[in-house]
Amino acid sequence: MKKIIALVVSMMMLLLAVGCGGGEEQSKKDGDKITMGFSQIGAESEWRTANTESVKQAAKDAGIELQFSDAQQKQENQIKAIRSFIAQGVDVIAFVPIVETGWDTVLKEAKDAKIPVIIVDRDLKVEDDSLYVAKIGTNMLTEGQKGFEWLAKYANEKQLKPRDGGNKLNIVVLEGTVGSTAALGRTKGFNDAMAASPDKDKFNILASQTGEFTRQKGQEVMESFLKSYGNKIDILVAQNDDMALGAIQAIEAAGLKPGKDITILSFDGVKGIFQAMIEGKSNCTVECNPLQGELLMETAKKILKGEKVDKIVYVDEGVFPADVAEKTLPSRKY
Amino acid sequence: MDKLKSFTSSSLFLPIVALAVLLIFNGIFVEGFFDIQITEDGRLFGRVIDILTRSSSLVILSLGMTLVIATSGIDISVGAVVAISAAVVCTLIGGRGDGAAETPMALAMLASVGIGILCGIWNGILVAKFKIQAVVATLILMTAGRGIAQLLTEGQIVTVYYKPFASIAGVIPGMPLPTNVFIALAMVLLVVFVMKKTSIGLFIQSVGINPTAAKYVGINVTLVLFLVYAFSGFCAGVTGLIESSLIKAADANNAGLNMEMDAILAVALGGTLLSGGKFYLGGSVIGAVTIQTLTTTLYALGVSADQLPVVKAIAVIAICLIQSKKARDLFDKWKSGRSAKAVTADAKAVNKA
Repeated sequence: MKKIIALVVSMMMLLLAVGCGGGEEQSKKDGDKITMGFSQIGAESEWRTANTESVKQAAKDAGIELQFSDAQQKQENQIKAIRSFIAQGVDVIAFVPIVETGWDTVLKEAKDAKIPVIIVDRDLKVEDDSLYVAKIGTNMLTEGQKGFEWLAKYANEKQLKPRDGGNKLNIVVLEGTVGSTAALGRTKGFNDAMAASPDKDKFNILASQTGEFTRQKGQEVMESFLKSYGNKIDILVAQNDDMALGAIQAIEAAGLKPGKDITILSFDGVKGIFQAMIEGKSNCTVECNPLQGELLMETAKKILKGEKVDKIVYVDEGVFPADVAEKTLPSRKY
Repeated sequence: MDKLKSFTSSSLFLPIVALAVLLIFNGIFVEGFFDIQITEDGRLFGRVIDILTRSSSLVILSLGMTLVIATSGIDISVGAVVAISAAVVCTLIGGRGDGAAETPMALAMLASVGIGILCGIWNGILVAKFKIQAVVATLILMTAGRGIAQLLTEGQIVTVYYKPFASIAGVIPGMPLPTNVFIALAMVLLVVFVMKKTSIGLFIQSVGINPTAAKYVGINVTLVLFLVYAFSGFCAGVTGLIESSLIKAADANNAGLNMEMDAILAVALGGTLLSGGKFYLGGSVIGAVTIQTLTTTLYALGVSADQLPVVKAIAVIAICLIQSKKARDLFDKWKSGRSAKAVTADAKAVNKA
């Protein structure tokens, strides 16, 4: 019995190996067309899907042949994919690292094969920075900073007055998951921009608590904020849109008007928040841009031409206040 | 005096003390903790109300969990079943922007509770009929459940704009409290009533203490096991409804996340032993409320985000120690040892004089 099982398993593995090998044959370089091996994490969210689509579309537009591999949320699949890219002899390798560590060996192999590597979207830690040529990503720091800049401008334009009659606008913050890149970056960006701003005396951060990037927690923590500070809260800063959506319901349940009594700023730019902004319940979202494909192809071309590129390249991130929400929503890709 | 003594020795005494300590702490350190206001539309508004509303999901889950644990089993799939049930109700009603429902809400609700029961039946068959260990059997749904929920929602957060849906966990106009508090109350009363009026409670206990003996006295052990898991699934289904209505959306990744652990903790805080046998429904309910009170307390005190888990853990350890007989015995011993020492020291001092 055991033998049969072993036989079946090994047959299946053989089949899998053949299946994987199928891609290699078409990888032979045709003329001078650039081939890029791209390993994506998977398709865990709409945001990620938009990210994948952007890469595929940009490759087509730039005339680059894309070898796409889906890692299905597993690092070993990504390492396997990168090794197969090396074996195929692609011109450039790009990948979205699923975790930060464990990449040294495989990237060393790529370097030895003289294939430049570009890191996309997420960060990674390697001992030797020369293992990759460039990183393309979103900058959480600038997002936080842009968020504050919008807030300061909005407060001036609308002549926001503290609801408790004091002289400072009180802010409550719903932070993301403790220790996540997004939460750390957005907090630091926002606070630094505030400290450096001439308007810093107008604002006061009243409370800050984690809402773990989820609607449930965002709602629960906002409920608690409302009980603790009641009429003092003028502004809510939610480090992602989902927490803002949860908090909006808590604000309504407390008999206040979200977007009017309490000004709301959030991050990411998912469709749901645009809907809320159209209804007048939220005021602004700072996007975290998944459309990184174009920049990736541009950078890849520069590298292959031998031009110098910056080690870290950031995509452009938009700020979307409520008044453009209705116009923007149909064109949103995620 | 007799009454007091019978109360202090009752099984509910320690859970109540733990909750009371927490509440008194809140009364002293959190400004306006017990304040309850009445809003213009006749709702009650305040932290205590928040605790009641937020804990109702956990109360319902811990009811099912208590019965499962009483049979010396465990159901770690409830969190995932909550996600499935939430996904079912939200996808059926649909995320249409114009606020219409694709399926009548009553039907969608029935379907989501039904899927909960179905999940429970699946667990029940694995445990009761195929005699698979409860942890392993329910682990299957725990891992697969979120995947199923993701499939249903196609990986998106489905937001429901259909207005009446919010009333499951919201306030029906004219009522002082959110509906989910009443649902939880009704379920507690129902279970207590069934346990009091029928002998099913006794059957569950005997299965938990010794299934072989229970079989020989003529209890249908398979049926009892099957029923408790199905009931636990039912509780998870109802919780899924409430959780999704709270945020008017199905979030397959986060709905009911880690709730199975909180439910087990609630049962343990309530004084039911994880080894099965005697169970205390009242204790579990108080345990569930205690857990939510703790969370609310920490938010109210403004404990910073990175310290939150540590502080919570310390509080849970303290609560568990209060309830541990061994810990109390040790404490008594230490105290009497100290007073004995003090007495000898006094005696020495007297002798010298």
